[in-house]
Amino acid sequence: MYQAILFLPLVGALVAGLFGRLVGARPSEVITTTLVLITALLSWLAFYQVAIQGEEQRIELLRFIDSGDLKAVWSLRIDTLTAVMLVVVTMVSGLVHLYSIGYMEEDTGRPRFFAYLSLFTFAMLALVTADDFVQLFFGWEGVGLASYLLIGFWYHKPSANAAAIKAFIVNRVGDFGFALGIFAVFTLFNSVQYDTVFASAPDHVGETMNFLGYQVDALTLICLLLFMGAMGKSAQFLLHTWLPDAMEGPTPVSALIHAATMVTAGVFMVARLSPLYELAPIALGFVAIIGATTAFFAATVGLVQTDIKRVVAYSTCSQLGYMFAAEGVGAYGAGMFHLFTHASFKALLFLGAGAVIHALHHEQDLRRMGGLRKVLPFTWAMMLVGTLSLTGFPFTAGFVSKDAIIEATYAAQSWVGNYAFVLTLFAAMLTSFYSWRLMFLAFEGKPREPKEVLAHAHEPPWTMGVPLVILALGALLTGGLFFHLFIGAGQAEFWRGSLVTHTGEHHDVPVWVMLAPTIAMAAGFAVAWYFYITNPLVPFGLAKRFRGAYLFLLNAWYFDALYDALFVRPAKRLGRFLWKTGDGTIIDGIGPDGVAARVIDITNRVVKLQTGYIYHYAFVMLIGVALLITYFIFAMGGLKP
Amino acid sequence: MTVGLSHYLTVAAILFTLGIFGIFLNRKNVIVILMSIELMLLAVNINLVAFSAFHGDLVGQIFAMIVLTVAAAEAAIGLAIVVVTFRNRGTIDVAEIDLLKG
Repeated sequence: MYQAILFLPLVGALVAGLFGRLVGARPSEVITTTLVLITALLSWLAFYQVAIQGEEQRIELLRFIDSGDLKAVWSLRIDTLTAVMLVVVTMVSGLVHLYSIGYMEEDTGRPRFFAYLSLFTFAMLALVTADDFVQLFFGWEGVGLASYLLIGFWYHKPSANAAAIKAFIVNRVGDFGFALGIFAVFTLFNSVQYDTVFASAPDHVGETMNFLGYQVDALTLICLLLFMGAMGKSAQFLLHTWLPDAMEGPTPVSALIHAATMVTAGVFMVARLSPLYELAPIALGFVAIIGATTAFFAATVGLVQTDIKRVVAYSTCSQLGYMFAAEGVGAYGAGMFHLFTHASFKALLFLGAGAVIHALHHEQDLRRMGGLRKVLPFTWAMMLVGTLSLTGFPFTAGFVSKDAIIEATYAAQSWVGNYAFVLTLFAAMLTSFYSWRLMFLAFEGKPREPKEVLAHAHEPPWTMGVPLVILALGALLTGGLFFHLFIGAGQAEFWRGSLVTHTGEHHDVPVWVMLAPTIAMAAGFAVAWYFYITNPLVPFGLAKRFRGAYLFLLNAWYFDALYDALFVRPAKRLGRFLWKTGDGTIIDGIGPDGVAARVIDITNRVVKLQTGYIYHYAFVMLIGVALLITYFIFAMGGLKP
Repeated sequence: MTVGLSHYLTVAAILFTLGIFGIFLNRKNVIVILMSIELMLLAVNINLVAFSAFHGDLVGQIFAMIVLTVAAAEAAIGLAIVVVTFRNRGTIDVAEIDLLKG
């Protein structure tokens, strides 16, 4: 069964990818979607068996590398953490496959699209079922590849290609650290297997290791390097720049990869390696600080974006920050819980945004929407559910998990925890504001879209509607249903050591802390209502008065410009220098071109000897014969008598 | 003064040298080159006949006859080439025949 979960999507990807032309677009869609939906069903079964009944599994598939001390075995590790991720990945993937049948109906590259989606699902499943660092890395790079392919799916668009390359390169920066981290793990523990590493980790506390000429704490170094990979993959502060641009891909891709699953790989990784992170408090503090900063930063940027997908993208970035903030203060369960609920409500928001974009014929600009509630009541209702859950309306999924995170940061009782508490709480208000701003701009007010577009706007077909409904149910109910298991009293029994749980240390937080997120949410809603319903001119006035701040936010704190000046342009200059001077002038000049030029010079002189007159040749022949005879006569001892 | 072997050889050497100079001092005409080659062959023939008489061996004179035959054939071919060249290029001026020039 577990092998089927892992390999069915791969089968689908191969069929659609290699034989897509042969079997046609519709069969490719049906095959891949069916296989992934079967996988989703099996995953729920696995979740029941593993997480509820406690039948953990280790299934060895293949001895992968066996070289000296390095033994990498490809085996499946199915414990509670994996089971949770299996459910998240296969459910969202199955629904996105189904949704894409409707969303991509006019596209000509559908077999390719579905092959990529299934390939991604396979890679993500390989990542979450990993039992050692090597397989983790395999899945890690596999999802990166699928992400690159899907962002650049519309390869005829230069902006999509640029975004795909940007995502790949920014992830390379993170993966560089990630790979170094894995090397350091092997150096320190002489093994890449999780259990071996976790078992011997406590013996290595306080050991140092040489890094760039400094002696640094080995475990802290490993955790920080591995977290660098997580920062890249999960688009955290400093390495976040690729995520908004990744919205160039088709919307279902954004929902699957850049909201629900791939970007949460970093969160999963930190939870999986929580036994290591627990031993490296400095690294853990860093995780919390980065997470909280991201949550705040991305929320501020989301306030002013005008592209509907970019708003949701920055929101994703921000919510990922929440998860890291929770993990950074040791609340791994809360981080994973938010991952779980976030997958449903953020996929819902993305797919809902996709439905809006689909209805309006690929219009993504919020400034050209408005009044859609009456035209698309179903889509409106779905988006409303997603927004309520995201902003943390009481008793929705987002409310439960986000409050758990904010409380956990407060309960940490450290300066890192307080920093995270303040920022995440403030970010909760901003989240509420930008989410409702999106809702009001798109669905309320006067229609701002052209009449003919509005006339053709239509509710999504059932293939798009069904996933929305299921995700909406998830966005409403997962919080209440799974609260007890993930972070409630039964958490230790639920996780069973697949991540570190701190039971018995449950701090009672003051009532005001428990109420604070809801109050922040209400405040954000009120401001959004005032700005976009009662006084729609206020935002323009504010933007004009605080033009600097407005541009600062609109340009995402100028990170793109900063990186462009710091890295991109110097790299281009260096490349240009190496190309023109290094390769062109020096290597080509001295090497091939230089040699060729000298040969031509010499032959040009030699050619002048060839006069073309017969008597010259005859003369040379005669001289030659004379010299030869002379040589024989004098050098060979003369003519014999 | 008796005419000895060395006289014959001297005459032959002079003729041969004349032939050589005829080839590469000649700036005008391909036919002159052919004639110079004949001259050199004749010089060689004189050598052969002289040595033949000197040694009293008739083989040398027979060889001279063969050389004459070959020279006749060579002259025929050479003249044919000259005719063809003239037809194709309209001249048999040596200075003009420089297709091998680099």
